[in-house]
Amino acid sequence: MLEREEVKKVAHLARLALTEDETDAFTGQLAQILDYVEQLNELDTDEVAPTAHAIDMRNVTRPDDLENYEHREDLLNAAPAREGDFIRVPKIL
Amino acid sequence: MASIRELHQQLVSKARSARELTQETLQRIDATEPKLRSFLHLTADSAIARAEAVDAKIASGEDIGILEGIPIAIKDNMCTRGVPTTCASKILENYIPPYDATVVEKLSAAGAVSVGKTNLDEFAMGSSTENSAYQVTGNPWDTDRVPGGSSGGSAAAVAAGQCVVATGSDTGGSIRQPASFCGVVGLKPTYGLVSRYGLVAYASSLDQIGPFARTVEDAAIFLEALAGYDSKDSTSLKGDVPNYAAALESETIANLHGDKLKIGVIQETFGEGLDAEVDGAVKAALKVYEELGAEVEMVSCPTFRYGLPTYYVIAPSEASANLARYDGVRYGARAEAAENLIGMYAETRARGFGAEVKRRIAIGTYALSSGYYDAYYLKAQKVRTLICQDFKNAFAQYDVLVSPTSPTTAFKAGEKTDDPLSMYLSDLMTIPVNLAGLPSLSLPCGFDRQGLPIGLQIIGNVLQETKLLQVAQRYEQASEWHTKAPSL
Repeated sequence: MLEREEVKKVAHLARLALTEDETDAFTGQLAQILDYVEQLNELDTDEVAPTAHAIDMRNVTRPDDLENYEHREDLLNAAPAREGDFIRVPKIL
Repeated sequence: MASIRELHQQLVSKARSARELTQETLQRIDATEPKLRSFLHLTADSAIARAEAVDAKIASGEDIGILEGIPIAIKDNMCTRGVPTTCASKILENYIPPYDATVVEKLSAAGAVSVGKTNLDEFAMGSSTENSAYQVTGNPWDTDRVPGGSSGGSAAAVAAGQCVVATGSDTGGSIRQPASFCGVVGLKPTYGLVSRYGLVAYASSLDQIGPFARTVEDAAIFLEALAGYDSKDSTSLKGDVPNYAAALESETIANLHGDKLKIGVIQETFGEGLDAEVDGAVKAALKVYEELGAEVEMVSCPTFRYGLPTYYVIAPSEASANLARYDGVRYGARAEAAENLIGMYAETRARGFGAEVKRRIAIGTYALSSGYYDAYYLKAQKVRTLICQDFKNAFAQYDVLVSPTSPTTAFKAGEKTDDPLSMYLSDLMTIPVNLAGLPSLSLPCGFDRQGLPIGLQIIGNVLQETKLLQVAQRYEQASEWHTKAPSL
């Protein structure tokens, strides 16, 4: 059974500030969903390889060529706090 | 309501101008939007300007392409340069992308006239479009009911004639389930057929863009415009795009008689939880296929029912990684009050995301966290292999597989919002298809006693979109469901 403390830990890992009410609600709901997921254990998968992509794929590489980007201003303007050519963030150190 | 081909003829013969067509569409939106709320943003001015450019081209005697001047809509999780792209989330409320998604670029180049961006469940997470942070979209057949989701805005818009065709994205059924609820055709292509560049990522190994249309032919024409290799998407498939619409006209498949088309009916999708009227309509559709000369048999896909629990590990896991980028630094909203960087991230995300998005991020983070990875994520990936194998076995015997698209018809708004798991169950039949990367469509196959549309799901093997469309069109030609329109 999923504990309230685990939900708090997960919220911290995911950088989600949850209210006390949200934490309570999520504890019940996530437990219910995880309980539903438990049915996967009915299947024996010891000898089964995992699938990450259904369609067979290989890594795609290309030369690392420089290209000019036309919309530099649009990118900077998309930031919630711009200062000149920089993006402002709260103090880190 | 006219088809793409009919509208194209009207434009070419100058019976109607592209400007008139666009204006009529915008008027239809004005008249119906108070009831439906399908759109998050309208782009009326640029639509008129584009339509006028098409008219100028026609006036100068130039040939126009099949989509030129055709009013379309774009799901609001596909980036549009200079036009807001919110994903129906508060966290992207002010986001104006500096670039177009590849599909948007292709549709512009094809001359299609986009009238706006459609509503969805926040970040495409949901099955009713009620998870939109902005508005609840009504089902055109009964506006107290949901249009399905997550592409509910696009499905409702196409069904109600607010546009001719629209884009959707489908991670676990987000095109097919709303197509079923709204009585239109919705197609999820083979994973990799349509570029995901500029589609805001939810679960990258499952997401795929596809068309909503009122007929199979319109879906074929629209799919052809969307499909094709794109070097900007590392999972994009190489190869030429077939001429899907031309394949529909081809003489050799004009008649199913003698063609020995083999249809496998997925046994596990019938039974408990399936609405009796949906069951009846789907079985009646199978009868039609038999009368058309197809061989219809039950086939068992034993792991089919494990699709849903597998999806609810894999999709949230991928989502928790994909949505880590919404941190209030480079774009979107930011919670300013926080004193340090970590606090700013956590507050921004707390205020910017809705409950379902937070729930999925939490599940995914848990499934990927140290100590649980093998038990949840790795286990789900292994079951995914078994599900793929089941489909492979079935396709060794059958040309296409069919099932109901969703176990029920459209439910009432608010009916399932407090019970996430019961909401998830409406995607039971569509989800395994995404896990296997297969193409699949939903097409109308009847109405229940309340007048709500019922959808038939047809699943094809990898890159068999042509066959899928052909098989769907045979039924469409033998039925009249697609000629019915909701009265609004």
